Amino acid sequence: MSAAHDDHHHGPAKGFTRWLYTTNHKDIGSMYLWFSFAMFLLGGTFAMVIRAELFQPGLQLVDPNFFNQMTTMHGLIMVFGAVMPAFVGLANWMIPMMIGAPDMALPRMNNWSFWILPFAFAMLSATLFMEAGAPNFGWTFYAPLSTTYAPETVTFFIFAVHIMGASSIMGSINIIATILNMRAPGMTLMKMPLFVWTWLITAYLLIAVMPVLAGVVTMMLFDIHFGTSFFNAAGGGDPVLFQHVFWFFGHPEVYIMILPAFGIVSAIIPTFARKRLFGYDSMVYATASIAFLSFIVWAHHMFTVGMPIAGELFFMYATMLIAVPTGVKVFNWVATMFRGSMTFETPMLFAIAFVVLFTMGGFTGLMLAITPADFQYHDTYFVVAHFHYVLVPGAVFSIMAATYYWLPKWTGHMYDETLGKLHFWLSFIGVNILFFPQHFLGLAGMPRRIPDYALQFADFNWISSIGGFLFGASQLILLVVVIKCVKGGKKATAQVWEGAQGLEWTVDSPAPYHTFATPPDPKLIHAQ
Amino acid sequence: MKSESPASSTKRLVTKLLFAVVGMFAFGFALVPLYDVICDITGLNGKTSGRYEMAAETEPVPVSDREITVQFLAQNSAGMDWAFGPNEAQVTVRPGEVKVVSYKARNPNDFVMTGQAIPSVAPNEAAQYLKKLECFCFAEQELQPGEEVDMAIRFFVDENIPEKITKLTLSYSLHDITDYEVAVEGIAAR
Repeated sequence: MSAAHDDHHHGPAKGFTRWLYTTNHKDIGSMYLWFSFAMFLLGGTFAMVIRAELFQPGLQLVDPNFFNQMTTMHGLIMVFGAVMPAFVGLANWMIPMMIGAPDMALPRMNNWSFWILPFAFAMLSATLFMEAGAPNFGWTFYAPLSTTYAPETVTFFIFAVHIMGASSIMGSINIIATILNMRAPGMTLMKMPLFVWTWLITAYLLIAVMPVLAGVVTMMLFDIHFGTSFFNAAGGGDPVLFQHVFWFFGHPEVYIMILPAFGIVSAIIPTFARKRLFGYDSMVYATASIAFLSFIVWAHHMFTVGMPIAGELFFMYATMLIAVPTGVKVFNWVATMFRGSMTFETPMLFAIAFVVLFTMGGFTGLMLAITPADFQYHDTYFVVAHFHYVLVPGAVFSIMAATYYWLPKWTGHMYDETLGKLHFWLSFIGVNILFFPQHFLGLAGMPRRIPDYALQFADFNWISSIGGFLFGASQLILLVVVIKCVKGGKKATAQVWEGAQGLEWTVDSPAPYHTFATPPDPKLIHAQ
Repeated sequence: MKSESPASSTKRLVTKLLFAVVGMFAFGFALVPLYDVICDITGLNGKTSGRYEMAAETEPVPVSDREITVQFLAQNSAGMDWAFGPNEAQVTVRPGEVKVVSYKARNPNDFVMTGQAIPSVAPNEAAQYLKKLECFCFAEQELQPGEEVDMAIRFFVDENIPEKITKLTLSYSLHDITDYEVAVEGIAAR
C-alpha cells in the first residue's frame, strides 16, 4: 500500500489519464514529438498525392480542386503540425534538463497547450470529408481566394488556426518563463546551450507574430461572416493589405522554423567533432540579429504586387543583409569541425547534411531576394525548391538529428546505428532527387500549385516524383528505429556520446521521471 | 523579503508577456488604418485620395505647358455584368487644368442593381497627383433595369507631378454591391 503510494509520487501515473493529466515536461515533450511525427506522416501522404499527380503530364489521379486542397493541407500540416510542434516537443524535453530546472515554469499551461493541438488538427483535417472540401487556397491563404472565393469550410480553417496560435503562444510564454526564471544557480545567460538561446529568441518571435496571424484570420472571419471589407475592394478594402499583414507574420514564421534548428546543430557538431563550439558569443548575436531582421523584410514575398522602387530596394537590401549573420553561423559550424576528431554517427550525418543543404537553400534565397530576378522566379517551382531546401534538409533534418542525438537519453537504449545510417542515406539521396530538379523546373518557368504542366517539364517532374517516393518511404525507417529503441537495445550510458557536454548528459539514461529536483552542482556548468 | 520568490517573478513575467500578446494582436488590426494612411500619404498602391477640396472660389488654372496624357480603363469584377467603359479612351491635360470626362454604365438585367467603382492609378506614384473634384466613384450607383447613365469625373493633375511622368492611367473596377448588408460609407470618400 505504501509502496503504491510512493509510486504515485515518484513515477508516472498509469493508463491513459497519465497522458491526459500529465504536467511532466518529459511526458508532454514526448506527446508533442509523437504528435508531430503523426502529422509529418499525414502531411507527407498529401505530398505523395501531389508528386503522384505530377509524375506525368495530364490529369491522372485527382481533379484540380482536390490537388489544390492537397497543396494547401500539405503546407498547413507540415508548418503548423509537424515542424513547429516537433521543436516545441524538443524544447519541453531538453530545456529544463539543459538549464538544470526541475520542470517547465507553468506545467499546467504546458499540458493545455499540447492538448488543444490535436483538436485543432482534427478540425482542420475533418474538412477533407466535408462536402465543400478542404481549404484549397494555398497555405498562404491570400484574400480574396480565402474570403470571397473560399469553400465554406474556411471557417473551420480559421478556428483551427486560432487554436494553433493559442497553443504556440502559451508554449512560448512557458519557454520564456522557464529560461528566464528557472535556471540553476551558476547557469548564466551566456553559459546556456545554444539550443536554449535559439529557443528563447524563437519564443519572442512567436509572441510577436502569432497574435498578428490570429488577427489576420479574424479579419477574414469578419469579412466572410459579418460583412466587413478588410480585404474586399468592393467595400473599400484592399487584398494587398492581406499580403502585408500575412507576411508580417509569415516571414518571422520561417525563422521560427529554423532558429531552433540552428541550436540543435550547434549542440551536435561540437559533440562529434570533440571540440568546443567555435564562436559561441557570435552565434548568440547572429541569432538575435536574424530575429530582428526578420521583421523588416516581409515584402520580399510580394515584390510583384506593385511597389515603388524605394520599397523594392529597401526590402532587397534588408533581405540580403540576413545572409551576413547566417554566414557567421555557417562559418562557425565549419570552423568547429575544422581539425576536430570527427566521427560520423547518424546525428552527425544529419547535422552535416543540414549545414550543406541549408546553405544551398540559403543561396537560392539570396537569388530570390534580388528584386529584378524575383519577377522571373516569383510563384515558380524555383520558390518551391528554395523553401523545401531550407525546410526539409534544413528544419526537418535538424529534428531528425535531434531525435537520434537525444533518443538514447529519452529511452535509455542506443538506437540501431545501421538502420539509422540507412535512414540518413536514403533521406539524403531522396531529398536531393526530389527537390534539386525543381530548381530547373522553376527557372524554365513551371508555375507552382498546378496539377498539370506543359510537356517540356515532364522529365524533371518524373525524376522529382521518384525522389519524392524514395524520401517518403524512407521515413518509415525512422519510425522503426524509434520503436525498436523504445522497446530495447544496448543500454545507454549517462553521457551517451563520448564528446557530449552539458547538464542533460549528467543525468541517467533514460532520464528519470523527475530530474534536478535539487539544482545541479554549479561545478558541472561550463562555458559553452 | 529581499529577493522575490520564483513564483511571483514568473507571475510578473507572464503578465508582461500576455500584455505583449494582446498588444501584438491589436497591432495586427492597427496595420489596417496604418496601411490606408501610408497609402494615402504616399500614393503607394495607386490609391487615389478622396474628394479634393479647393480653397473657395479659386478654379485651378493651367500652370505649365507640360502635356500629360491621362488614359482611362474600366473592368468588371467577377459576377458584375454591367456594360461599363470610358467615353473617351484618353485626354491630354496640362498640370492645373480642370478636365471633365465621363464613363458609361448600363444595367442589362431586369432587376435593380447597385454598383461601386474602385479607382486605381498607374504608375502608383502618380496617384497622389491626380486630384478629383468630382467622381462617380465617390458614391454608389443604383441602376434600374435597362437604365444607362453617363457618369462624370472632374479632375486636374497637380503641378508638382514629377517630370518623368508623362502618361498616367486611371482604371476603375466595378463591383456588384447589391447584396451588401453593411452600407459602404467608408469608400464614398474615395
